Amino acid sequence: MSDMNSSTGPSSDSDYLLLAIETSCDETSVALVRNGREVLSNIISSQIETHKKFGGVVPEIASRKHVESITIIIEQALREAGVSLPDIDAVAVTQGPGLIGALLVGVVAAKSLSLALDVPLIGTHHIAGHIYANHLVGDIIYPAIALVVSGGHTEIVLLEEEGKFRIIGRTRDDAVGEAYDKVARALHFPYPGGPYVDKLAQEATEEVVLPRAWLEPDSYDFSFSGLKSAVLSEINRSRMKGESPDFSALARGFQQSVIDVVTTKAIRAAKEFGVRQMLLCGGVAANRGLRDRLSSLCEEAGLPLLIPTNKLCTDNAAMIAAAADLKYRRGQFSSLDLKAEPILSLEDWSV
Amino acid sequence: MQRNQEDDSLMRMVREASTEKDTIAFAEELAKLVKPGTVLALDGDLGAGKTRFAQAFAAAIGVQGIVNSPTYTIIKEYEGAKLPFYHMDIYRLSLEEADELGLDEYFYGEGVTLIEWASLIEPILPSERLHIHLETTGSESRKITCQPIGREYELWCRQLQVQAVKEEGPTA
Repeated sequence: MSDMNSSTGPSSDSDYLLLAIETSCDETSVALVRNGREVLSNIISSQIETHKKFGGVVPEIASRKHVESITIIIEQALREAGVSLPDIDAVAVTQGPGLIGALLVGVVAAKSLSLALDVPLIGTHHIAGHIYANHLVGDIIYPAIALVVSGGHTEIVLLEEEGKFRIIGRTRDDAVGEAYDKVARALHFPYPGGPYVDKLAQEATEEVVLPRAWLEPDSYDFSFSGLKSAVLSEINRSRMKGESPDFSALARGFQQSVIDVVTTKAIRAAKEFGVRQMLLCGGVAANRGLRDRLSSLCEEAGLPLLIPTNKLCTDNAAMIAAAADLKYRRGQFSSLDLKAEPILSLEDWSV
Repeated sequence: MQRNQEDDSLMRMVREASTEKDTIAFAEELAKLVKPGTVLALDGDLGAGKTRFAQAFAAAIGVQGIVNSPTYTIIKEYEGAKLPFYHMDIYRLSLEEADELGLDEYFYGEGVTLIEWASLIEPILPSERLHIHLETTGSESRKITCQPIGREYELWCRQLQVQAVKEEGPTA
């Protein structure tokens, strides 16, 4: 059984294979990635057909749901990659940040595999994963700025060199994804309604111009709570006048405000720190309006932009393998007493 | 005890906050009373300032750095000066899902729990808790209604000098 690292696999001697597990919040995901960049499989619980078979409902927040799916998804990931457990050279897992009960399931599974296969364990930071999803689609040139926009996170991260993270801006209240979902609620879309707002904004012909929260002149932080309130008060104002609010114009106004602030700050950071590349990542990177605006601003600034594919933008395990690869190549492994950490510093996780 | 009679007889206390500062001041006063196992059940419409209230409360119990919205991650944990702070938003959960999360570990844990949209999971809240309802009455003004459940929380409300209101009859 301890015949690990043997030449039974299809790989050559210099090749290595990482198995990665991500269970930080709603998704159970397992991926097999060769040499840190080549995704052999990347199974995400909510995206597979057999989902209903084991009673998974979205969101899979409860630990029990992760427990039910994890072994099935590990097996499916191995099968799809055409590899078997002894081929694995290291096991990576999201250590945090996230929901403790959900994280624990992944951590326990990863430790068990690491112990049973006698291969290194690599505790990985969820946001490092989002950022390094970009490494699965292209080469990262340093220094780089990463704009992380997801349901739970909105951050501007400076990467002065590979694997060195410095957070220069973060949201003080709602993450972009949350702001979208909350505005969607106000516009009577079902939760999570972010994508509906994006679509409505794209189709809108009118725009209700809403305020921009720039905060202090030199700040890279964000605040979207006031914008949410502005949308709500616009709705109230129309109702008081006996009119029905123009939801599409509001969606457009909201989207324009968010995109304006987020992209302007990212570009300003890029200029201040003289970076050579912009990285967009996180679930909201799928937002059309945001992608388009950032693309054109980067083009104007002569700044190459990387954006992962939509599947790699949402929570997934391949991105965890991509980040864990930083540590794998440096031989920086975790011990088996690794703990799931609901709060985990990205900067401290740097190589 | 009287709180077990009928719902209408529950003690309710109201404080009018005319500015955001007043709301923050209330959060700060409240922060002086908390201890391990305190449960604050916070409600109010979208935009009423639940997260803002939580931020002021967290700062007052000594949480350093940014406290942002827990809507997506459901629970965020912080270290206060003396107590951990568990900040929850259960809006996107069903009662069943919330039940499966094992929230009791937080409720009866070492820290203070503040739950946004708490009324959605009322059946699984601890038997003693302080309900706080924020209502928008103007751009910055809020009506803060406290409903203590349990003797200790009733005492708190008296200490907080929130104004007790008699439940009104079925007037229009």
